[in-house]
Amino acid sequence: MSAVTVYVPKDAAALSMGADKVATTILAEAKSRGVEVDLVRNGSRGMLWLEPLVEVALPQGRVAYGPVAIDDVAGLFDAGFLDGNVHALFRGLTEEIPYLKEQERLTFARCGVIDPLSTEEYEAHGGNAGMKKALKMSGADICKLVADSGLRGRGGAGFPTGIKWQTVHDAKDDEKFIACNADEGDSGTFADRMLMEGDPFVLIEGMTIAGVAVGAEFGFIYIRSEYPHAIRTMQAAIEAGRKAGWLGRGIFGGDKNFDLEIRVGAGAYICGEETSMLESLEGKRGQIRAKPPLPAIKGLFAKPTVVNNVLSLASVPVILDKGAEYYKDFGMGRSRGTQAFQLAGNIKQGGLVEKAFGVTLHDLIYKYGGGTASGRPARAVQVGGPLGAYLPESQFDLEMDYEAFAAKQAMVGHGGLVVFDDTVDMAKQARFAMEFCAIESCGKCTPCRIGSVRGVEVIDRIMNGEDVDKNLQLLDDLCEVMVDGSLCAMGGLTPMPVKSALNHFPDDFRRAHRAAAAE
Amino acid sequence: MYRRQPWAEDRARAIIETHKGMRGALLPMLHAFQEEFGYIPQEAIQLLANALNITRAEVHGVASFYHDFRREMPGRHIVKVCRAEACQSMGADDLVEHAKRRLSVDMGGTTGDKSFTLEAVYCLGNCALSPAVMIDETLHGRVSPERFDELVAQQAEAAE
Repeated sequence: MSAVTVYVPKDAAALSMGADKVATTILAEAKSRGVEVDLVRNGSRGMLWLEPLVEVALPQGRVAYGPVAIDDVAGLFDAGFLDGNVHALFRGLTEEIPYLKEQERLTFARCGVIDPLSTEEYEAHGGNAGMKKALKMSGADICKLVADSGLRGRGGAGFPTGIKWQTVHDAKDDEKFIACNADEGDSGTFADRMLMEGDPFVLIEGMTIAGVAVGAEFGFIYIRSEYPHAIRTMQAAIEAGRKAGWLGRGIFGGDKNFDLEIRVGAGAYICGEETSMLESLEGKRGQIRAKPPLPAIKGLFAKPTVVNNVLSLASVPVILDKGAEYYKDFGMGRSRGTQAFQLAGNIKQGGLVEKAFGVTLHDLIYKYGGGTASGRPARAVQVGGPLGAYLPESQFDLEMDYEAFAAKQAMVGHGGLVVFDDTVDMAKQARFAMEFCAIESCGKCTPCRIGSVRGVEVIDRIMNGEDVDKNLQLLDDLCEVMVDGSLCAMGGLTPMPVKSALNHFPDDFRRAHRAAAAE
Repeated sequence: MYRRQPWAEDRARAIIETHKGMRGALLPMLHAFQEEFGYIPQEAIQLLANALNITRAEVHGVASFYHDFRREMPGRHIVKVCRAEACQSMGADDLVEHAKRRLSVDMGGTTGDKSFTLEAVYCLGNCALSPAVMIDETLHGRVSPERFDELVAQQAEAAE
């Protein structure tokens, strides 16, 4: 009998639930039973509540079991999981699990499917198809194709990627750079991490296409230090890419050069802001730069630089491969293609859902997420990270779309959803937004540096019931100053969660006031 | 993982030498110093300033800007508890209080026996399995106070 292939993810989330021990236990158990098992450490499928999700490759497809603890392993062997037999943790065919089946996996097509560091598997599953097409095109044509696809920056700002590339393409200089922003600091987001750990070559391919398009021969990936697993996987992938001739001089046997280097962040949230990241890459304090000049004109080391998020760059290969029209067919309004939504916080079925724009918050939270983990009613969801708005249940019918969210003073951001149940105190959450800004402000501009500190103080007074009406007015004025007067999105958007909490959950700010009045 | 070697100038110079060709080398150098010595010793500041032809104030400015860079030797294990929103929604505030009591230190503090340094972190990217904790470079998900105690006990046992 030939060896059965068993998959146990090596994704950090799976590891956090004991995937390494499950993998070694499976190997030990197989050995003691005299069964041959071929163990593959894949990325995550994104169904994180099922991690560690163990899969067995069978003729009818891959069969899933999860969440598997080490104590379950012997039982799985007894039940005959290597033949796909039923067990309490049996989830059926992986691809048929509704959570996964009802997604549109374009960017994450290979994530969790292949061995992340196998160049053969990458190409066998469609990898480098986009790259090979790009090598036959002019730089301007690649930029146009990306622009035609409607792809917008997935980091949060939503700026059209193709236009950014065109600007760098048109800039004349002896040197240009591709800078990938992998400083995924927003709470509730982990898509960049999952992709870098589960399909690192797609990011390399996307960056190389960007290099070919704009005429850059070197790229940096700025990864946050909180992601040691992603750093190791990306580093190994770069080395494998060089060996395969995908990176270095004369890539893919042609006359183009492109190489990559990883730089590790150092725990500063602000370095997710593009100009601050460039400063950090240059070895300086991560303080933001005033714009203009745009990084596309004068970026890293004062050279024209494409600064894109991991998912923007990783979406490019499929666009090149299948065409702008194919990608553009997904989505709604001016939000084209798919977004990797991340279900996080107090949610039963947390994980990654790649869907076309237009899916509602309600579907994401209930259909995919299964409601709260605590079983209590969901009261608020924060969308788009610590600078995103808190939305009440009455707005869960909102469709995920850049413009629809902007119209409600909210933002899609990097696609993270953090769910809170009815025990949440929204005044406390508003206070945290200001506190976080005070901790992470780069200090360059006054509204952000000082405003956030004053914001914490004002909210403290409100929560203590001191001059509530007067202080609410003051908080409103302070938010206006921060929005209009800050240099970047950190100070400019911190009022978004604060004001949304005030608008949608005003009662939470008057608890102390009411308690005092009742006495 | 930090090697926590005692300060040695020749070792420091060797680290600088391996990074000297890099553009924007200061962050990679600071990371390498911290990996070797466990923190950024005061002696390193002057060496870095000389190597990069910048002032000591500039090196200090960079080292102090980033939360990661330490100016004192941390405990043998670094325990990072996530305090960001996703973890808050699953009880991170209670977990932080529990961790402080269990280790008898405040956030940022090191236990008397130098076993643990307790730190706050804002997002470990494990937001679907909150609350999250990272001990050295090992990530843990769904960490209840009981689970926290187990993890800390495991580290203490491993040291014996």
